[in-house]
Amino acid sequence: MSSKDSSFMKKIKSWPLLLPVVALFLVMAVNILHDAAIGANPLSFFTITLNQTTSSGTILYGRIIDILNRGSEVAILALGMTLVVSSSAGTDISVGSVMSLSASFCCMLLAGYGVANTSELAVPLIVGVLAAFAMGTLCGAFNGTLVAYFGIQPMVATLILFSAARAIGLLLCNNLIVYVRNSAFGAFGAFTGILPTPIIIAAICIAVVALVLKNTSLGMYIQSVGINPKASRIAGLNSKKIIFLTYVICGFFAGVAGLVNSSRITSADSNNIGLYYEMDAILAVALGGNSLGGGKFNLAGSIIGAYTIQAITTTLYALGVSTDQAPVYKAIIVVIIVAIQSAPLKAFFRKRSLKETKEAAKA
Amino acid sequence: MKKFRSMNSNTVLLLITIGLFIIMYAGGCIAYGAKGFTHLQTFLNILITNSGLICVSCGLTVVMLTAGIDISVGSLVAMDCMMLAVGMRNGIGAVEMCAAVLITGIVFGLVQGFLIGYLEIQPFIVTMAGMFFGRGMTAVICTDQVSITQDINAVFYNWANAKIILPFGGYLNNKGKYMAPFIRVEVVIALIVLALIFLMLRYTRFGRALYAIGGSEQSAAMMGLNVKQTKMKAYVLSSVLTSIGGICYCLNTMAGSVQQATGLEMDAISSAVIGGTLLTGGVGNVFGTFIGVLINGTISSIVKTNGKLASSWPNILTAALLFIFIVIQSLFAAMRARKK
Amino acid sequence: MENNVVLTARGISMTFPGVKALENVDFTLRKGEIHALMGENGAGKSTLIKCLTGINDFETGEIHIDGVDGPVKNHSTRDAQNVGISTVYQEVNLCPNLSVAENLFIGREPLTAIRTVDRNSYNKRSQKIMDDLGISVDVTQNLENYSLAIQQMVAIARAVDMDCKVLILDEPTSSLDDEEVEKLFKLMRMLKDKGVGIIFVTHFLEQVYAVCDRITVLRNGTLVGEYPIADLPRVKLVAAMMGKDLDDLASIKGESKDLSHEPLEISARGLAHLGTVKPFDLDIHKGEVIGIGGLLGSGRSELARSIYGADRANVGTLKVKDKEVQIHQPIDAMNLGMGMLPDDRKAEGIIEDLTVRENIILALQAKTGTFKRLSSQKQNEIADRYIELLSIKTPSPETLVKQLSGGNQQKVILARWLATNPDFLILDEPTRGIDIGTKTEIQKLILELAEQGKSIVFISSEIMEMVRTCNRMVIMRDGEKVGEVGGDITEQKVMHAIAGGGEEK
Repeated sequence: MSSKDSSFMKKIKSWPLLLPVVALFLVMAVNILHDAAIGANPLSFFTITLNQTTSSGTILYGRIIDILNRGSEVAILALGMTLVVSSSAGTDISVGSVMSLSASFCCMLLAGYGVANTSELAVPLIVGVLAAFAMGTLCGAFNGTLVAYFGIQPMVATLILFSAARAIGLLLCNNLIVYVRNSAFGAFGAFTGILPTPIIIAAICIAVVALVLKNTSLGMYIQSVGINPKASRIAGLNSKKIIFLTYVICGFFAGVAGLVNSSRITSADSNNIGLYYEMDAILAVALGGNSLGGGKFNLAGSIIGAYTIQAITTTLYALGVSTDQAPVYKAIIVVIIVAIQSAPLKAFFRKRSLKETKEAAKA
Repeated sequence: MKKFRSMNSNTVLLLITIGLFIIMYAGGCIAYGAKGFTHLQTFLNILITNSGLICVSCGLTVVMLTAGIDISVGSLVAMDCMMLAVGMRNGIGAVEMCAAVLITGIVFGLVQGFLIGYLEIQPFIVTMAGMFFGRGMTAVICTDQVSITQDINAVFYNWANAKIILPFGGYLNNKGKYMAPFIRVEVVIALIVLALIFLMLRYTRFGRALYAIGGSEQSAAMMGLNVKQTKMKAYVLSSVLTSIGGICYCLNTMAGSVQQATGLEMDAISSAVIGGTLLTGGVGNVFGTFIGVLINGTISSIVKTNGKLASSWPNILTAALLFIFIVIQSLFAAMRARKK
Repeated sequence: MENNVVLTARGISMTFPGVKALENVDFTLRKGEIHALMGENGAGKSTLIKCLTGINDFETGEIHIDGVDGPVKNHSTRDAQNVGISTVYQEVNLCPNLSVAENLFIGREPLTAIRTVDRNSYNKRSQKIMDDLGISVDVTQNLENYSLAIQQMVAIARAVDMDCKVLILDEPTSSLDDEEVEKLFKLMRMLKDKGVGIIFVTHFLEQVYAVCDRITVLRNGTLVGEYPIADLPRVKLVAAMMGKDLDDLASIKGESKDLSHEPLEISARGLAHLGTVKPFDLDIHKGEVIGIGGLLGSGRSELARSIYGADRANVGTLKVKDKEVQIHQPIDAMNLGMGMLPDDRKAEGIIEDLTVRENIILALQAKTGTFKRLSSQKQNEIADRYIELLSIKTPSPETLVKQLSGGNQQKVILARWLATNPDFLILDEPTRGIDIGTKTEIQKLILELAEQGKSIVFISSEIMEMVRTCNRMVIMRDGEKVGEVGGDITEQKVMHAIAGGGEEK
């Protein structure tokens, strides 16, 4: 009986989605308790209704929809970040700034240089959209070159754009907040039918990555390079190229996220778009049960992680924590997660459990 | 020949840096001489505005010598300023608040140092969490901008406004009045910190252990140094120096706000790197870092004096310089590896 | 304890997960002797040393040190230093960015009255230490400015100055040239005269005979014996290290065929990876099995690696199937029909967190191309085929490869290369650390593959394995190809060739 128990426990313990799912449940529990405490319907967290609005017509409404909507950018970023972490055992801390730069570049083109507020598009929408993607990709290529070919530590290499990208964006926008009050541009951040468009975009991105990983051998290559670059090379993989590619992908998704984020507010606010998003993206990856030391990755985990973080953020706001204060709690969560994953602590617990089993055997 | 060549890529880097500073400053003097760039006071103003950065960069140099990094410094400075401002607004004395800030620095450093030294978590992750914690905590203390005026705390106000007149290098302004050059208290603090850390790195066991760990962590451990403890101490020192920097910064700005000192970590890191500190650890000293700060200060000063350039230029130029120096460093490292 | 004995280890045993690394090993070191510790890969040399220096936690046995009461158990290198055991490794464990003097004194610098380090004092003392040992250096210069030999000597000087009774030199000469080695020996003899007991680990036989007084030989984690140097001539030493095979499987060797009329598969002229292997010529015919004999570090692996592009050859020409080719990296070699099973399974072979299936199809997939992913069905087919063919013991193809035993991991990598259907396969120590049964299977497989017309390079530290399977053997010594043994290969001939003074003279 007890052996059955332990094998069941083992299965649970080795389930890759254990960490993100447990975290998600914890967040839900906090919400239910909070709602109950303030006398609201304890299940209001899960309620989804159809609401009539004047601006967008009939739309889905509910806290879960809100979390899925607002979590889109982090989910998109987490896709690229997962691959970067896996292949290079480092993180790309420039994604937030790159989001901002891509958004600025896009809006600058759409509005025309120096124009701060317009509803007319200076160039076709598609040009702006592609420009955002291209800018993100370019930044990714810059990071990838430094990491893969110059051998610079990922965090240091991406620090350059972390600092410069936002400033370049400001320069492109002539130090202004560029408003593009155009419904076609705003559509990326608004509603399509009854669903918020960002949810759809995130879903598309996730689907594309999942399909690519399923139909090419890229996923295996990335993990292989992350686990053992030397052995991968002997087996015929070009480790540098693969690492480079993950940064390019990560940059591209930063561009997509930047577009969505700026479309939401129909403007390019260089100083604030993507602010702190790198933290959320990295946190999503870690929360998804992925080791920040690289190697095996679990995309589903990262995505659940991303929405869990948004759920945490939304919950914190519901509990009355202000936007500025939220990072305190997230920082504590990061530290707890990485500390649990840290080698010395794991070794410590392993030793202790070994001792316990030995003592149990003696008894 | 061998000796000469080894005399060496690091020294070469520092010489490049010093040359760069001289060229830049001279360029500024030539271009903006008419706007008073040539006055000694311009240089002193760079020192005054960057006194906080000098302290912070010294701390960063210390952790970078161990091949680590600390990106929490900017938000820690913001938190310090906010603590000072709110504390004094609530009637606590200037000295007490400064002590409180320093103690906060020690605790902050102990936590980060423990996670990095003993739990072996990547410094970047830990200090990034520290960065967000500091920034968030600033907002927890107060979300408004809080100014420190004479009414709030006269002592602190007087410290901030004390001018230390230098007996030389003045000039007559266009009304014929003699303008004596001056520095402020924070400059004195910063220069003392600089000198102490310079000596500490050179002449104490702890200082030499930092270099040893950066040179080869494994060797340092093999030679019997306590790597974990030394690393933890390095992060404590970094946070303490950052707190001192925070006080200097606050003397300068006389305010606390959530958005204060954003990107300061970037300035500090680039100062250290430009000053010849290797990101891979083991090489560098605070004198070079000081020159790095001066270069950053000169860039800002030139952009400000010009008046027409966008305010984001200093950020971009600093990042560009950082990029160039990082690439040079990696090329030097590759060359050294090939020589072997 | 005998009165001139400085260190004794009795009945030391230690297991790593799944492997018995040391079994009941005894070791004795006397004052003022240089004692060689010899053995091939996996013999347990480094494990024993790590037990002495506190890096490994041995399970049973006792270590006694002169001057310390009762058994000593070190838990760190620091503990070991405190009881007088210092170690100098092949990779110098000093800080290149510090001065020579600092490297001598770091962590124990003399202090001035105000607790700052007293540079003058330790610079002077360092200069004296180095002068006394006859090493001419400027101690204020950074260590990185000096050659590896000097760096080794600085490491030794540090050990000596810390009052060591036992000095362990772990392959200190691997990266030194002859002149530097001579200097090192002078220093070693000087220390010996001062009464220091020196444990010398090396794979250069000449050096053992040049400087050592006594030899202890280990094999497969057990003690073979301790011999005074005069009682153990080279050939006997090599025999002791390599061991007579316990199994009587000589029957698997087919009649030796002359294959020199077959078309050339590989033809190297003056090929070299400078620094590890000197220029060599080599022809390999279709269907031939070529053995590379030589001790560890003789360049036997490096020769193979330079053909495959694992270490890119920097001089010479290489022809594959009579066409001159440029190989920049392994994938180029793979596209020419090569494959290589590297000797270090953990570092360069398995991708430990991937599944058995993924490990098997990895090379084939890399060869096929990123965007032509092998279908899941195909992958499973291949994995199943090779799991059956090589009888890989795994619960399922989806098991992580790190959960398999060493022998089965080796088979997985072998399967990876067989799946690419190579014409030319390099097998570097395919039989290391695996059980006898599997060894035999692999040898049989090699013969089968050759039968199918594949050319194979087979490297092993067990000479008999090569003698049984190879058509011809290349002999390597000190990074140089010193000869070939063909025709009727016998163990005797090969050992003589490896030991030097063999048949080519």
